Amino acid sequence: MIEVRDIHKSFGDAHVLKGLSTIFENGKTNLIIGQSGSGKTVFLKCLLGLFTPEEGDICYDNKSYSKLSTDEKRDLRQEMGMVFQGSALFDSMTVAGNVQFPLEMFTKQSKSEMTDRVDTVLKRVNLIDAHHKFPSEISGGMQKRVAIARAIVMNPKYLFCDEPNSGLDPKTAILIDDLIKEITEEYDITTVINTHDMNSVMQIGEKILFLKDGLKEWEGSKHEIFKTDNEAVTDFVYSSELFKKVRQMYIEERN
Amino acid sequence: MNYLTQIGSYFIMLREIFKKPTKWRIMKTLVLKEIDELVYGSLGIIIFISFFIGAVVTIQTALNLNNPIIPKNLIGFATRQSVILEFAPTFVSIIMAGKVGSYITSSIGTMRVTEQIDALEVMGVNSLNYLVFPKIIAMLFYPFAIAISMYVGIFGGWLAGVSGGFLTSTDFVTGLTLDFIPFHIAYAFIKTLLFAFVIATVPSFHGYYMKGGALEVGKASTTSFVWTSVVIIILNYILTQLLLG
Repeated sequence: MIEVRDIHKSFGDAHVLKGLSTIFENGKTNLIIGQSGSGKTVFLKCLLGLFTPEEGDICYDNKSYSKLSTDEKRDLRQEMGMVFQGSALFDSMTVAGNVQFPLEMFTKQSKSEMTDRVDTVLKRVNLIDAHHKFPSEISGGMQKRVAIARAIVMNPKYLFCDEPNSGLDPKTAILIDDLIKEITEEYDITTVINTHDMNSVMQIGEKILFLKDGLKEWEGSKHEIFKTDNEAVTDFVYSSELFKKVRQMYIEERN
Repeated sequence: MNYLTQIGSYFIMLREIFKKPTKWRIMKTLVLKEIDELVYGSLGIIIFISFFIGAVVTIQTALNLNNPIIPKNLIGFATRQSVILEFAPTFVSIIMAGKVGSYITSSIGTMRVTEQIDALEVMGVNSLNYLVFPKIIAMLFYPFAIAISMYVGIFGGWLAGVSGGFLTSTDFVTGLTLDFIPFHIAYAFIKTLLFAFVIATVPSFHGYYMKGGALEVGKASTTSFVWTSVVIIILNYILTQLLLG
């Protein structure tokens, strides 16, 4: 579980996060949505420890991040997995090398133990045939799956995903969403996803946090998002004609 | 003020490089890879440049020493002194600031742009140690490349001098051994080691702390070349004053 307590973050005169509080529970897919510039990426980077909030605190299973020493912070990061928007795979390493990297860095496993673990997670993301390929030789969807495999190889407690569907076709995007949801439940991970993709919101949004101008505007589940009267949320989520119709049908069905 | 901030950030980076070291098993592989890319991969251009620089120095000296009172062996002497004291350690280092430095800045800069450095940090890896420390260790082998540069430069000078009919081989060799001060070699290698450190760290700094996209990677490479050259030239002056002055 991650508890965010009234965090503030500024860059020069720009006050990006203006007192944000929320709780992300484990075993659930928590989605952060909001317009560009609403502070989603900064918030995610604060959760990852890449940015330090000026005020407030973030607690990871009741461990206050601000009270941890530098080494303890690095240890905590080893319990985190991150899927970056552009996958952020290491170009010079093969798919297997990328997935094996955290094991080599932080475990004392033998070569065969590492190979077994890599095989297991690559099998889990349906990429067992891509072992020896380099990131430049595989598709965007496959790169995302490698990034997921690398993120879960150390059995993390927390999984963060920044726009995991960006640049993917709708079918692959659904596959990635389903994979993240399955892994979250299977490993009982606290998953936080930063997304613009409304399909993801409807598909896997167990908890949705809507940010506006660095503040929490609304939070709820994918079912509640249909019923909300919050104008900012409805304007954002139902901005496309398709989703307007979906909402209309949902309301009519309910009535 | 901005320059002072940058210099301060550079020294903070140096401190961070030596914190929380990466496992030796992994570091060993990284160091060998960097030796191959930074030092071994540069030998071709070093040999090529050194040969022709040595040759040109000899020809220029020969053409300017046309007074019959001045012995011909001074051409060999001047070539040796120029190549060992300046051309091999300083001139080649400035070439390396361009070749190796821009490679370091662009490779680390690209990792920054594509969030690979963030990925390392999120995993709990000391990214500065992982990326920069192997380069520093690899560049400890740079003096070997400079030693080769010295030999090739002098050989180029001998070949140009003798084949051009400017002096005899005996005159050149006599000049080479004339008033030889062994400390000059030590001075050249002390300089080289410090330049190696600068070539490994200044471009790393520019790559690691760059912001923006692909265009900024190019700009960072140019800036890193300028600053590495400036630092090398200033250090060259200070070291010459301290060690030979």
